[in-house]
Amino acid sequence: MSLVSRSYRGARAAAGPLLYLGATHRAALGETVAIDVPGRPALRGQVIDAGEEVTVIQVLEETLGLPPARATLTLTGEAATVAVGRELLGRIFNGVGHPIDGLPAPVGESIRPIWGAPMNPVRRVSPADFIETGVSSIDGMNTLVRGQKLPVFSGPGLPALELAAQIVEGARAPRGEPFAVVFVAIGITARETQTFLERFEKSGAMERSVLYLNEARDPTIERLLAPRVALAQAEFLAFEAGIHVLVVVADITHYCEALREIATAREEIPGRRGYPGYMYTDLASIFERAGILHGHDGSVTQLPILTMPDDDITHPIPDLTGYITEGQVVLSRDLHRRGVFPPVDVLPSLSRLMSAGIGRGKTAPEHREWSNQLYALYTQGREARLMATIVGETGLAAADRRALKFAERFENEFLGQGTYRRTIHETIELGWKLLETVPREDLLRISDATWAARRQAGGGSPP
Amino acid sequence: MTDRGSSATTGGSAAPEIRRGEDETPRLSAAPGATAASSRAHITRVSGALAEAGPMPEASLYELVRVGERQLLGEVIRIAGDTATIQVYEDTTGLRVGEAVSLTGSALTIELGPGLLGATLDGVGRPLRRIAEETGDFIQPGATARTLDASRRWKFEAVVRPGDRVSAGDVLGTVEERPGIVHRIMVPPDQGGAVARVRSGPFTIDEPFGELADGTPLRLAHRWPVRSVRPVARRLRSHQPFLTGQRIFDLLFPVAEGGAVVVPGGFGTGKTVIEQSLAKFAAADIVVYVGCGERGNEMAEVLNEFPRLTDPATGRPVIDRTVLVVNTSNMPVAARETSVFLGIAIAEYYRDMGYRVAVMADSLSRWAEALREIGARLQEMPGEEGYPTYLGNRLGKLFERAGRAEVAGRPPRTGAVTFVAAISPPGGDFSEPVTQAALRVASALWALDPALAHQRQFPAVDWETSYTLAAEQTAAWFTGNVGKDWGELRRDTLVLLQRDRELRDIAALIGPEALQDRDRLVLEAARVTREVVLGQSAYDPNDERSPIEKTHRLASLAQALYRAGLDALDRGVPFQELDVAAARHALMALRGAAADRMEELAAAARQAIDDLGRRKAAA
Ligand SMILES: Nc1ncnc2c1ncn2[C@@H]1O[C@H](COP(=O)(O)OP(=O)(O)OP(=O)(O)O)[C@@H](O)[C@H]1O
Ligand SMILES: [Mg+2]
Repeated sequence: MSLVSRSYRGARAAAGPLLYLGATHRAALGETVAIDVPGRPALRGQVIDAGEEVTVIQVLEETLGLPPARATLTLTGEAATVAVGRELLGRIFNGVGHPIDGLPAPVGESIRPIWGAPMNPVRRVSPADFIETGVSSIDGMNTLVRGQKLPVFSGPGLPALELAAQIVEGARAPRGEPFAVVFVAIGITARETQTFLERFEKSGAMERSVLYLNEARDPTIERLLAPRVALAQAEFLAFEAGIHVLVVVADITHYCEALREIATAREEIPGRRGYPGYMYTDLASIFERAGILHGHDGSVTQLPILTMPDDDITHPIPDLTGYITEGQVVLSRDLHRRGVFPPVDVLPSLSRLMSAGIGRGKTAPEHREWSNQLYALYTQGREARLMATIVGETGLAAADRRALKFAERFENEFLGQGTYRRTIHETIELGWKLLETVPREDLLRISDATWAARRQAGGGSPP
Repeated sequence: MTDRGSSATTGGSAAPEIRRGEDETPRLSAAPGATAASSRAHITRVSGALAEAGPMPEASLYELVRVGERQLLGEVIRIAGDTATIQVYEDTTGLRVGEAVSLTGSALTIELGPGLLGATLDGVGRPLRRIAEETGDFIQPGATARTLDASRRWKFEAVVRPGDRVSAGDVLGTVEERPGIVHRIMVPPDQGGAVARVRSGPFTIDEPFGELADGTPLRLAHRWPVRSVRPVARRLRSHQPFLTGQRIFDLLFPVAEGGAVVVPGGFGTGKTVIEQSLAKFAAADIVVYVGCGERGNEMAEVLNEFPRLTDPATGRPVIDRTVLVVNTSNMPVAARETSVFLGIAIAEYYRDMGYRVAVMADSLSRWAEALREIGARLQEMPGEEGYPTYLGNRLGKLFERAGRAEVAGRPPRTGAVTFVAAISPPGGDFSEPVTQAALRVASALWALDPALAHQRQFPAVDWETSYTLAAEQTAAWFTGNVGKDWGELRRDTLVLLQRDRELRDIAALIGPEALQDRDRLVLEAARVTREVVLGQSAYDPNDERSPIEKTHRLASLAQALYRAGLDALDRGVPFQELDVAAARHALMALRGAAADRMEELAAAARQAIDDLGRRKAAA
């Protein structure tokens, strides 16, 4: 696109975050607009509807008190970009990439458009490398794999951020390869940010991290930019600098609310529960930026966090997210109340890329059967618990009673590991220990070969 | 980002003479030369995936256009006066008011010919590998990649001779497209006449291998508008089941070849695993897999896995029988809508050769959402849940393209297109418009249930909600080819599951211990049926595909277990003394048995069933 910049005096109208400009010369969709009002800091905007007679500009910052008639609008001919590079590691920025750590703005190794472009599916490498998070309910039951997008579905007041912090601190790349964290805060409170920052500093994670913080009091519109600015940086680290990047985004719910707010301001026809009809596509343009590419050493893995309004998993935010991501880790209010940390409900949780990341040479040869069996027994135990509330434990069949006991221990010992970091081998071993509390005939998912191998390795209950 | 209502530029709301085609037949402008007259045509507005351009008095609905300096692909979807509204198939960011727009004189077409098998195409038919060569790891708009490889020479063997009269669909000759797969070169649907010249030998898709008397050149490939149905001689009813290799479908909910199935389910219930398992293992000659608005990593998985898998029927790599059409959720929305048509058109083309083709569409909801997104931008009057009012109509026409048929042309041959469409209902609630519209035209429903998925009961098919309309029609095939008892086996299994559901409701209230022995046996037999017959792991190399004989065997043994239990109870053996655990274990081992141990383990399972009520006696 040509670089001629064109300046116009005064917008014709303004509504919410939108400015309406009259006839412009060759406006381009998506080009950045500089908005200057005498006596105010310059604002940025973006063309979202380019027309011969009217061009609509979405202001990317707070428009409160903006006098449209006195603004000078300059179409820059460029799409929104941001400086990216390794030098950003250890730094803190706001949602649009301006430093807020008191240091000067980075020059960057490259200037990247924040909107990104879709990876060509034929250039993608199928994710298959195990990431050890140190959390049993993830490593053992819902394994995270490099290049995956695996969200945490939380509820109001549940410790999702604590779990995320634990993962960030505990995550290890399999062969000790270069590893970095990009953390994006969207609309979270200053206190939450502070807690997270302190943990980052204390654990030494800060120096391999880049933080983008959009706090609750920051402009709504910046919430839409923050994850994209961060992903531009993550993509650079992964595909230019060969680093394995874990992107943590908290909280996607605030992102979606911002999207709804802006759609409403634009007077769009609302979709389910007021969220715009294109929210699926919009979220996909964030989540699909996870992945691995042929010929590049690094990877982008995403761990977005979202809060399910009313703990309702069918709410459009978790629903659409679940339709895009490669599984989900679901937190349970019930486990949280009982003091289990991390309170992961493994039944609705899922890692779709698990199979590719586990097994011989990666985790343990019997990992699939082992986790299938834990799932089966735990499901049976949970059903038995439900039934026991009606008919009493004595009304249960013997196998159901055993499963119920197993479920208790599974929740308290296996899931409830506290802040201790378990290696995958500790996780597998603990799982076996719990499985071996029931007779062999209850372990239908464990094949004879696996059972024999286990017995030979010294485990297993006596005949 | 959709239009707001207030702007003066809002397209068409008050404009006169709006032509908007509800039918999918493209109406083409007369002469390709007409493009010169519109050389002044330029973009007057861009918003999201839509552009408006004018003056374009000669534009036709559904005509393909080139938009802007980068020549982005677009399609005219509305004409008002001499302004055309264009849906652009590529990212419109950076498109400028004033950039030129040109008509191409044709509708969106797909190039049909040898070289489609094994290809990965985007939603408008460009091979993604070639796009990667042009624009790198990340897709940039403006790639020109052509569907078929024009540099490749194919060995053509003519079967007609000069002087023969040929008409639409007649086979002119063949090329071997992939080892063992014959690609029949046919007279395109709109052509015919006397063959003037024809020659066997190596040809590219552009080099004529012959000519009709009227001078029409004969080539290995031709173009076909993707929204148009390819004609057949006669539609046929099918009695042949579409064997999926998945026990629950083949046994309980079979579809006929040429049927159309809908597979709705909330996220993570297993739609994609089913679509991929069918693509790998179903009995089809050709598979067209349409990844519509879904994940890039899933496509990477297919591309990684399919070349390594062998098709048990032919011993060839599965990729050799597969065409992939891919528009991931972050690729342009307009091309999502076309991707499904593209897939179906390719399927019809191979059907015309006489093949049994299966089309997997994952997910049709994304296709419908693309319609909705475009409709909203056009400010059409929205129907239910914001979907355009013509959703049902469009969907019906799409499903109509499935079927078995005697295809056009000589030699006489039959082919079939079986359509398996995944649907992603919001909140997993089937009452939404896309699921409902699809159910009206589908011949089977495979309903997926999140509760079963959470219990890891896979495939998570809810056997109470699911149904098929093809059970009767395919019954004779199963009794004739698999086992005389097939009909009873299917019925007995369904009855057992039904009884189990009733009893479980009661057991939840009074506890299983309080049930009568016969009823407790039902619970156990149903459990074995769920685990061994209906359950099938996509990650067990020995069980990911279940040949129909194995399905029959496992279902028979589960029923045998039930009957043996009843016999024992009748003989006075109390329920606690039935060794169901051993029989379950043996059946589970059989389910996961490698082919070479199948007989041995089947004998062991049989033995365990015979021993069901005898433990006490033996001890
Ligand atoms: N037959 C099966 N055997 C074993 N696991 C299965 C099977 N079917 C599904 N699963 C499990 O369920 C997960 C989700 O399946 P899948 O990705 O097919 O869901 P989906 O319905 O396509 O979801 P979405 O709508 O979000 O795309 C898989 O990753 C796998 O772990
Ligand atoms: Mg899917």
